[in-house]
Amino acid sequence: MVFYFTALITVGTASYAVFSKNITRCAFSLLYSFFGMAVLYGLLSADFVAVVQLMIYVGGILVLLLFAVMLTGNIELAANSNKTASRWLGYPLGMVIFVLLVSVFLRVPWGKSAVQAYLPTIRAIGESFLGRLLLPFEFLSIVLLAVVIGAVVIVRNRNVCNASEEEEST
Amino acid sequence: MSQVSLEHFLIVSALLFSLGIIAVVTRRNAVAILIGIELIINSACLNFIAFSRFNSTVVEGSLFVLFVIVMAAAEAVVALALILAIQKRIRSVEIDKTSSLKG
Repeated sequence: MVFYFTALITVGTASYAVFSKNITRCAFSLLYSFFGMAVLYGLLSADFVAVVQLMIYVGGILVLLLFAVMLTGNIELAANSNKTASRWLGYPLGMVIFVLLVSVFLRVPWGKSAVQAYLPTIRAIGESFLGRLLLPFEFLSIVLLAVVIGAVVIVRNRNVCNASEEEEST
Repeated sequence: MSQVSLEHFLIVSALLFSLGIIAVVTRRNAVAILIGIELIINSACLNFIAFSRFNSTVVEGSLFVLFVIVMAAAEAVVALALILAIQKRIRSVEIDKTSSLKG
């Protein structure tokens, strides 16, 4: 019962985020979709992933999206800030992909392995990250450092840099 | 919880995936396209967790999803920085108008 309710909220708010005309409403309805996905992860007994989903998606990525929406949108055009294009290509394409995926999912004979009892996963995850998966874990931190530097370089104000260089040259 | 099978989760993730595809194909605003990409990544994560839960492995799906979430955060940061740079340069985030690569 909890599953159907959560799935309804997740898919409904995601479809609102896809079809709404107002980009701000899109971003805010995505909040509920991410919450619903965190509950689905919890139902699948992936507790740590549910918490990480709340922290990174709801607390980080969604705030970033809202920043981008507020910084780029024209406020006077907010009611129609999310135009659509090539609708006759997009909707049939999405439906075809959905039918294809569901037909495959229902046709494959998945093994009837029983669902295990709930086990806390945090200890096993931590041991994996600091043992078997140490190299990818460290590599991920290098990637994050590169991303931070790259983002700053991309959005850096060129005029300020040029002005400071000119000051240095003079 | 006992009557909810693997197929239920797979169908939810297929719905989210096709919604994300629709957003990516039909939207003009770059931020809305990014929203669609986030939906697609989340549906893939849901599949990972569901398969791992209904198999004998316990944490493999969680590990994979944690890596995917970190990479999704990195991707969102870079994409939003690019969107802000485009906004500064051409005063618009509609991808139909971004037709020049340099200058």
